[in-house]
Amino acid sequence: MFCAASFGTAQNTPLLSGGVGFLTNTNAGQTTYEPIIEPLLAAPIGNHFLVESRAFLEESFAPNGSGQYDHTHFIGLTYLQGDYIATPHLTVVAGSFLIPFGTYNERLSPIWIGNFQDGPLITSLGLMSTGTGTGGQVRGSAISRPKYSIDYAAYFSARVSNQQFEAQRSAGGRADLYLPEQRLEVGFSYGRLLQGTHENFYGTHVWWEPKDTAFRLRSEFARGHHAQGYWIEADYRTQAFGGLDSWIGRFEPVIRMQQTFRRDTVVSDGLPLVNTQRVDFGLDYNLPHNTRILTSYSREFASTGNFNIWETGIVYRFLFPAWKGR
Amino acid sequence: MSSKRHLFTAVLLISTPVLLRAASQDDPSTAKAQKPAAATHPAQQYVDQGERIFQQQCSRCHNAPDGFSPRISGTVVRHMRVRASLSKHDEEELLRFFNP
Repeated sequence: MFCAASFGTAQNTPLLSGGVGFLTNTNAGQTTYEPIIEPLLAAPIGNHFLVESRAFLEESFAPNGSGQYDHTHFIGLTYLQGDYIATPHLTVVAGSFLIPFGTYNERLSPIWIGNFQDGPLITSLGLMSTGTGTGGQVRGSAISRPKYSIDYAAYFSARVSNQQFEAQRSAGGRADLYLPEQRLEVGFSYGRLLQGTHENFYGTHVWWEPKDTAFRLRSEFARGHHAQGYWIEADYRTQAFGGLDSWIGRFEPVIRMQQTFRRDTVVSDGLPLVNTQRVDFGLDYNLPHNTRILTSYSREFASTGNFNIWETGIVYRFLFPAWKGR
Repeated sequence: MSSKRHLFTAVLLISTPVLLRAASQDDPSTAKAQKPAAATHPAQQYVDQGERIFQQQCSRCHNAPDGFSPRISGTVVRHMRVRASLSKHDEEELLRFFNP
């Protein structure tokens, strides 16, 4: 049923991956402790199918002021989708999938990838409340040349009220242009909510990783019917003192600047109620064996008040076969 | 107060094995993330191309995992083909890179 790939020792044994972490954050003086497990399963079937799913298990503890801790927990599927690689340029996706709007949702949201514990303020724009769609999607590499490539994703989601696969009726997609020599990516996203008051969402992103450096610059702008905003994030690891695997090279300073702007007073998109600015300073440490320590200090400025956010955490990324193979 | 102490004890217990594992540099049971020595590979051009594609397509979003079993390399690449919208050519070069 599971076939071997045709290169060397490559095999298509199903894999279990994901991250396990312990995060703490102090937001305006309120501290929470969060053990998190985010497992991912990918199981190829034959030469063209792939079934993949990611889940999120979290327990959250917060002191309640009387020497005790309140705690809540959350367990849920992030997505569960089947992929059919139909042609070199077309993959058909069905099921519950991450909405392809902007970059954060699909690329940076796993805890073992993101440089900060929390996502940008504008994350919810274009994600139709839940971040997932339930329906179908087509995606793939439209053009791939040595000097440039273009890829795309387009989806339609039905309205689903089931707790695990909750989604709103919507459609949209994203297209990216990548210039490999310049290591520059520019993309555009569009989404339209097709239930209740129909609203449009627009997004654009620019990513740049200069060749032979460990510097990454990522930025994204998104505009909804009631609010808009942007974030810019830069991170760097020095190779000057023994390479990336030296104890100094494992340090990864990160900075993120973000602003949100309300276009009206209708609050339906998850963005702050008033215009908000925030700057995040992070210092991550990349330990061997897929372990990262994430620390950051943020200051948020708004007419409703300014406050500090302190975050620390440790995340271990695992990746192994789901069962013993040949 | 006592529950706070218990919480920190739990954190310590959870994080200690992770830190200890991270501190040990070598894990012979796991295949390295296929970064073969440049001079020894018979098809160096494929390795170079695969490494370049890895740098361009994979490292754009995430750090390279320290290592994984060759038994899942085909699955990893197929997953990334869908997630990162890789071309068929990039998929094949990555497979060669992971399985020289």
